[in-house]
Amino acid sequence: MNASTVIFYVLGSLVLIFGAMTVFSQKIFRAAVYLLFSLISVAGLYLLWDMDFIAALQIIIYVGGIVVLIIFSIFLTQRSGEKLPPPIKKRLVWSGILTISGLGLTSWIVYNYLFSASTLPGVEPTVHNIGEQMLSYSKYGYVFPFEVINILLLAALVGSIVIAMKKKEIKPTDETTHITK
Amino acid sequence: MEQVPLSHILILSSALFFLGIYGFFSRRNMITMLMSIELILNSANINFIAFNKYLFPHQLEGVFFTMFIIVVAAAEVSLSIAIIINLYRRFNTIDIEDTTTMKY
Repeated sequence: MNASTVIFYVLGSLVLIFGAMTVFSQKIFRAAVYLLFSLISVAGLYLLWDMDFIAALQIIIYVGGIVVLIIFSIFLTQRSGEKLPPPIKKRLVWSGILTISGLGLTSWIVYNYLFSASTLPGVEPTVHNIGEQMLSYSKYGYVFPFEVINILLLAALVGSIVIAMKKKEIKPTDETTHITK
Repeated sequence: MEQVPLSHILILSSALFFLGIYGFFSRRNMITMLMSIELILNSANINFIAFNKYLFPHQLEGVFFTMFIIVVAAAEVSLSIAIIINLYRRFNTIDIEDTTTMKY
């Protein structure tokens, strides 16, 4: 049991504990803050596995972007100090049964499966290697999905602006006729 | 050097996934359902990175798919928050039990 295994188990339990607090917390703002800590612990797991670039992306996009967006929308739509209305009991029971049985099934399958690792020499996941393969248009290059993701981001940007835009209110007509008289 | 077995990582990510599933089914508020979806996407990311590191260290495919999932999650959150704000303007609530206009 060396240091990295201990760090892995600590970070994994932090991810699960904060995830559970996100799901079970009855105050919505606290749930958002617990989600923040859970995402930071996942970034710590990536750092432990030498995936520096992915950890940086996780912190920049999830922690800096998505959680802040969620907190903004909480402030726009909720009274954040109050408790949420209680969940429906029947639905709670059914989702609990479904979750526990699903978790048991997948853990059993995963635990009994023999994974075979490849023995080829590894590639360092540095930013240089990632960027070179991402933007190459030869074999195993990823430039086409990169462009598709670009289009998707542009469409999401325009779409969210259009959906959230306030429509111009049409002035009532009798008022304008009043003025002309 | 002794490493953490892959099955422990997969059990961690599946536990996170089913936490997200439970939250998605049991919550009534739309923003908390969105948070559960974030947990689900994160568990998928952990899986991709773990498979890339343990089973296929000569490739970088898991890294690419993780990046694409992160980008799609960002787009999804921005769109759904726009929808939530629009719903709040129209119904003055974002509880899924009260916004049932399109329910058959």
